[in-house]
Amino acid sequence: MFNKVLVANRGEIAVRVIRACKELGIKTVAVYSEADEHCLHALLADEKVCLPGFKPADTYLNMPAIIKAAREKGAGAVHPGYGYLAENESFAAACREAGIVFIGPDPETIRLAGNKLQAKETAARAGVPVIPGSNRGLTTLAEALEVAGETGYPVILKASAGGGGRGMRICGDETELREEFPIAKAEAGSAFGDPTLYVEKYLQNPRHIEIQVLGDRSGKIIHLGERECSVQRRYQKLLEESPSPALDDSLRDKMGRAAVQVARSINYFNAGTVEFMLDGNKNFYFMEINARLQVEHPVTEMVTGIDIVKEQIRLSLGEGLDYDYYSLSPRGWAVECRINAEDPDKFFLPSPGTIEIYRPPGGFGVRLDTHVYQGYSVPPYYDSLLAKLVAHGPDRKTALSIALRALDEFTVEPVKTTIPLHKKILADDSFAGGDFDTGFVRKFLPEEDED
Amino acid sequence: MSPRKVEVRAPIAGVFYRKPSPEDPPYVEVGDAVRKKQVLCLLETMKVFQKIKSPVNGKVVEIIAQNEKPVSDNDVLMVLEEE
Repeated sequence: MFNKVLVANRGEIAVRVIRACKELGIKTVAVYSEADEHCLHALLADEKVCLPGFKPADTYLNMPAIIKAAREKGAGAVHPGYGYLAENESFAAACREAGIVFIGPDPETIRLAGNKLQAKETAARAGVPVIPGSNRGLTTLAEALEVAGETGYPVILKASAGGGGRGMRICGDETELREEFPIAKAEAGSAFGDPTLYVEKYLQNPRHIEIQVLGDRSGKIIHLGERECSVQRRYQKLLEESPSPALDDSLRDKMGRAAVQVARSINYFNAGTVEFMLDGNKNFYFMEINARLQVEHPVTEMVTGIDIVKEQIRLSLGEGLDYDYYSLSPRGWAVECRINAEDPDKFFLPSPGTIEIYRPPGGFGVRLDTHVYQGYSVPPYYDSLLAKLVAHGPDRKTALSIALRALDEFTVEPVKTTIPLHKKILADDSFAGGDFDTGFVRKFLPEEDED
Repeated sequence: MSPRKVEVRAPIAGVFYRKPSPEDPPYVEVGDAVRKKQVLCLLETMKVFQKIKSPVNGKVVEIIAQNEKPVSDNDVLMVLEEE
């Protein structure tokens, strides 16, 4: 067992990792910026190290400072959480060089997963369906026009080195492709340092389904079923559930196998997620691999009973996987609502400030992962995620009713949050009927303005 | 009649930026004439960038907030002189 783990993150995910370590009898070291002295992760850890400054670049992204802190405190391992340094190949490599275990995939895997086009090629070679398009990087408009002619319009241009919705352009016809190609190329070059693009057939409002995978050092890879992540706005997930109302046992099995195949083809180690798009005819296509713990991992934990963070630690110690999805007999339905400090009525404008009134929900079937409390001041420098409210019930209808009841109890003031939006989503008939896709949230939002 | 002074304040807390990116020149300098709705600076709050625009036609007379430094809700960022 590790003697001590440094948690290289902040907020709810740092709290989540500290809790898992405590239960395993591992001492914890928190790092915190000057703005986060009163953040719950800094208060809960056994020891803490201040990272001077407040900006992410100076603090939670500061590799030398974090490795130095781990060394000075004698931490044998670092857990990166998600975001920040979680998918940073150099950080994983720097930990390795410093003799510190990076709790996550190997640096080589992080690099491969980070190149979206290379990951897609790998999936295709492993025999997993991918969205039709160019199977190599493009640098000229002529190449792009040729591919688009084959796949048919609309198409989407993506940056090979990109991600997170950046540098993506949808082109409805040839004229638009001619117009957008040079812009997308310039954008990709400036944002990612690599102007290589690729073209894909654009799927109109697909569902976003992802499969959790785990891999041990012996090469055994299992999946833990799917998460339904179609409730999004601008590629940002808002609400996730497991299982998905769109999958039956046969499709679940097929997608689970496909995810394991992709992971196996790159010798995936530790926890990861394989993302797919599902079209209206239930055809699924590989999208990308996320080489990290996901924000929405709790819904999988609730239905499988597996603590994914503890598994990450166990796997990093070289222990093996002696179970699979079916032997776990997954139970019931789980839904997670992301409570962000944003005003859904004002184009999701961030809403930092002091939480003067805080009444968290509770009761049977409710799990709340958060770093906030009454009197906590939400700093303006970091992510807007305040809490993840997870409801678990024997079936979808019950889980949704628990979530709605818990949202009704949840009071956070005067900071604006996404709680009212979640209530609208949960009260919606097509959502209750399981009939929704990635375009679903739009109907609850005001028209966007130019700013 | 002396020209009217107009304070440009932070609509929410965040980090103040005078430039669109570190390599670019600042949006405005003291003494610059500005038009209504012209971008004066950026405010980054929780990873979201907001353009702060001029409420009037006029001139920049003072830039109070420091580049890349935090500002609180309602802090005065700049002072303009209405035309």
